[in-house]
Amino acid sequence: MYRYIIKRLLLVIPTLVGAAALVFLLMRLIPGDICVVRLGSGGGTFDERAVQACHAQLGLDRPMFLQFVDFVWGFFRGDFGTSMWSGKPVLYEIAARFPISLEIAIMAVVVANLIAIPLGTLSALKQNSPIDLVIRVISIAGLATPSFWLGILFILAILNVSQAAFGSPWMPPIDYVPIWKDPLRNLSMVIFPALTVGYRTSAVTMRMTRSAMLEVLREDYIRTARAKGLVEHIIINRHALKNALLPVVTLIGIEAAFLIGGLVVTEQVFNLNGIGRLFVQSVQNQDYTMTQALVMLVVAAFVLTNTVVDLIYAWLDPRIRYG
Amino acid sequence: MTIAAPDSRAIPAILDDVPEIRRSILRRAWIFCRRQPLGTFGMVIVVIIAIAGLSADWIAPYSPTANDFAAMTEAPSWAHWLGTDQFGRDQLSRIIYGARTALIVGFSCAIIASVAGLVLGVGSAYFGGRLDLYLQGVLDVVMAFPLIIMALAVVAIFGTGVHNVIVAITIPLIPRCARVVRSSALSIREVPYIDAARACGFGHARIILRHMVPNVMAPFLILLTAFVGQAILAEASLSYLGLGVQEPVPAWGLMLQGGAEEYASTAPWIAVFPGLAIALTVFGFSLFGDALRDALDPKLRDR
Amino acid sequence: MTRPIAAMLAVLAIALPATAEDTPKSGGTLTYMIPADAPPSLDGHRETTFATVHSAAPFYSVLIRVDPNNPASTTDFVCDLCTAMPKPTDDGKTYTFKIRSGVKFHDGSPLTAADVAASWNAIIHPPEGVTSARESYFVMVDKVEAPDPSTVIFRLKFATNAFMPALADPFAWIYKKEILDKDPHWYEKNILGSGPFKFAGLEIGQSMKGVRNPDYYIEGLPYLDGFTGIYAEKQAVRVEAIRADRAAMEFRGMPPASRDQLVKELGDKIPVQESDWNCVNLVTPNHKKKPFDDVRVRRALTLAIDNWRGAPALAKIANVHTVGGIVFPGSPLAATKEELQAIAGFWPDIDKSRAEAKRLLKEAGAEGLKFELMNRNVDQPYKYVATWLIDEWSKIGLHVTQRVLPTGPFFEGLRNDNFDVTIDFNCQAVVNPLLDVGKFLPHSVYTENYGNYDDQKEIDLYQQMLHETDFTKQRALMREFEKYVLDNEAHMFMTPWWYRIIPYRSYVKGWKISPSHYLNQDLATVWLDK
Repeated sequence: MYRYIIKRLLLVIPTLVGAAALVFLLMRLIPGDICVVRLGSGGGTFDERAVQACHAQLGLDRPMFLQFVDFVWGFFRGDFGTSMWSGKPVLYEIAARFPISLEIAIMAVVVANLIAIPLGTLSALKQNSPIDLVIRVISIAGLATPSFWLGILFILAILNVSQAAFGSPWMPPIDYVPIWKDPLRNLSMVIFPALTVGYRTSAVTMRMTRSAMLEVLREDYIRTARAKGLVEHIIINRHALKNALLPVVTLIGIEAAFLIGGLVVTEQVFNLNGIGRLFVQSVQNQDYTMTQALVMLVVAAFVLTNTVVDLIYAWLDPRIRYG
Repeated sequence: MTIAAPDSRAIPAILDDVPEIRRSILRRAWIFCRRQPLGTFGMVIVVIIAIAGLSADWIAPYSPTANDFAAMTEAPSWAHWLGTDQFGRDQLSRIIYGARTALIVGFSCAIIASVAGLVLGVGSAYFGGRLDLYLQGVLDVVMAFPLIIMALAVVAIFGTGVHNVIVAITIPLIPRCARVVRSSALSIREVPYIDAARACGFGHARIILRHMVPNVMAPFLILLTAFVGQAILAEASLSYLGLGVQEPVPAWGLMLQGGAEEYASTAPWIAVFPGLAIALTVFGFSLFGDALRDALDPKLRDR
Repeated sequence: MTRPIAAMLAVLAIALPATAEDTPKSGGTLTYMIPADAPPSLDGHRETTFATVHSAAPFYSVLIRVDPNNPASTTDFVCDLCTAMPKPTDDGKTYTFKIRSGVKFHDGSPLTAADVAASWNAIIHPPEGVTSARESYFVMVDKVEAPDPSTVIFRLKFATNAFMPALADPFAWIYKKEILDKDPHWYEKNILGSGPFKFAGLEIGQSMKGVRNPDYYIEGLPYLDGFTGIYAEKQAVRVEAIRADRAAMEFRGMPPASRDQLVKELGDKIPVQESDWNCVNLVTPNHKKKPFDDVRVRRALTLAIDNWRGAPALAKIANVHTVGGIVFPGSPLAATKEELQAIAGFWPDIDKSRAEAKRLLKEAGAEGLKFELMNRNVDQPYKYVATWLIDEWSKIGLHVTQRVLPTGPFFEGLRNDNFDVTIDFNCQAVVNPLLDVGKFLPHSVYTENYGNYDDQKEIDLYQQMLHETDFTKQRALMREFEKYVLDNEAHMFMTPWWYRIIPYRSYVKGWKISPSHYLNQDLATVWLDK
């Protein structure tokens, strides 16, 4: 077991270095650089001299290899450097945006599971009944709708409904207040994006719950329990659901890591100053240090979640070999 | 972006079904339709979209690209069933031609990604050892890598043509397919008759093609259908960030991006119809894929 | 149905600010949207983006500026830190400014002529390792001096009408000499000015806040207690925010559809101010790529475009409006309609124009030419203009596809000559046609020209015009230059000029539209009627 854990953890390192190399190369393959973006976007004058001065100031004139070594070595020391765009420390910029993204992610996962697990279970129990069909249609629709479209229509609906109801249109606040300062304002800002993201996530979880549940319901021990004459809800709650949730838990873990993707678009639509928006900005500004740091954080989160899930799995399910 | 992985342990069971499929496809299709009303509904949507895309040149009432300044942002009418867009172009015609773009993007991405995933997954599982380890490492990196960076890099380096959008969407899909195929293939590799085949002295190619590949066809097909929908959605998301297919090519994501941003309130038909086209198509592919999965997975079939 | 109403309201709204307004009230906080993610830095001398101006202009003073009471004028400049607009001496080569006394920086220290001169020197002759974005506007300046604490003297190399407008640059903030001497990069991350508002906080990527400067040197100003600028890159968010009154306005400019939507939903709560905009998209063929080295092909491209019919249609959907030549349409140096109609691309008879285009293509052996139009990933108006152009070109049998790139790769493509034809842009702050048309000069003279051509005749014409101080003669030279660039050589050609549309909450008063989103942004005269 310990050997398995150590082996699993050691495997994380090459993945991280690989991701570092990939983002480093990709960012530099994109034509232009942050100096061109900064000097060009306003439409003022910019000449070769200005570009070179900018390169020198940001250290972009140094050999690529040294830049890469600095980046990787910095990452393992926890030093991400300063943003090339704002000149502020990368960690400071990320810290400023992290709370809102985290809040939305947590709320989205909560919302998603509150919807998904009961509905998924119900859907499996009533397989092929009209209820099942309706639940499945709702869930697949969640997967089929472009999330930015959903977000835009969602805001529009809020505006129109509030205008019809109160005479003046209302929308969630657009500047962030931490939850401990003004909980009501904070929640009114966060809940709608959380619903938008959560709906999509719930669709995935709902499908998983349904199929896992269907599978478990066919296991021999459930038949035995039925044969023993146990009350149906005890069978469901005690035996079936518990076992069916194992793969669902895995999925929740993976989905949480994927939420960042959902956040990228949703934060744009709702104008939330979170990690997802920072991501888009830093890629578009070709801010190498910031993008590299963000990618490494996402990859690290993803890899660690997967590793932890694997380990939990190995621990829970003795059939998995610690090869 | 997550694909619900089909249960790999269920796959060997469909081996028995192969002759039956050959015997009576029609009968099986009928059973499929009866047992899977939603799946059939999905299939119907897919077929309609496919017909629209293939015959766009004949059925579209107007040119999808010609501007008409006399008919800008007109509401739906008998002349323009779905109204016109900002440039006076007929929305119905653009949606019909857009079906073609969607199918090209959807199927190209899905087929390339799943075939590449199949090759990598089966190869990785069959040969195992170092190759497997390294390949999985590389796939892990690609899979963990945020889609937007990859897409932006591809589009920024090569430009925004349809081909490049396809490349941008395909790359992140490959490891997802490879993973699922590999886990299915792994379980088959352990089955005694593979050992038997090897003992008989059959070559790797023959064992892989004749024995391994057919047995991972179920997850492969399921992923393939799922990928079509996902690719269409991904194109829309790229469009929202301005990196998808570009004007004047008729494409749903592109139509939706401009429309939803500026006209959601003043000319809702510009924002709603392309969105519906995307949602319906992806919906159709998902329903069909789900039904296919239920049908191919015997554990879910009884009752 | 809605559009005529919107148009009527817009016209009414334009009339409104001109009438006598009620007495300004003090107090309140203005919340406005800044249509950008975040400015790269806060240093106006270094940056070129409006995001820096909309974030930090209220904190700073400038030497001279466009008249805040009449910002629409392209010729009206007034003092900010100086006491009187100077008359040039020494044959128009020396300008002497007297600086206001009693002006204080926000840290309480006095602002003197030394600070003004130091700031201008940093702009005109930046020290090693410091970038100044507008260095090239001041080719005519030899020296800036501060002989005593209340006098600043600009000495020019040659007399030119381009100097005064250039001096009114909205980025030319006056910094503290002591700080500039110590660390020329200090102002990138910090703020210390003498403007109507004091810095109160920057929430990175989210908002900029300012509070009233009680020691402001203009009596009674500013009216506002403070302001909050909220960064929001996405168009839809900004419209929604104004609709729900989360913000009162934005200062860049909204597309017509957003104006129509807000006016439809909120009626008279949303007045609108509109103006021609000193920005224009230019079509630039790459002269290095065949067949665009052939003037016949370039002329065919411009002859295919029906500006006269395109402009009013595009004005309904995009931020463009007025057909014009190389000079901003509101300027006295601009061409009249008759003058324009003699230039290729502006012929009144489009059929004749397109027939000529086809003939030229045939003659050049470029019938049915296929090429790629490189464009920037910006909806308004870049992509709208491109969609229109591609359709226009299809009418003379050309097959054009579009290649859209994000900002960085787009500029890199321009710099590496890696394109067939591109949609470039020319966007300037103060209307200063003599400098603004520099964009049309070959790369060897003007580094942001990407057409890859050399043309000594054009350069000579321009120099003659720049040094001419008699208005009538200068105007004639401008016509000659225009005809030469757009028609004879067709080096680059015009699309309709941009149009600035500002819908805002009716309680905002005292703000007047100008031809540029860079101008008149210190918010000193803005007040809230609540």
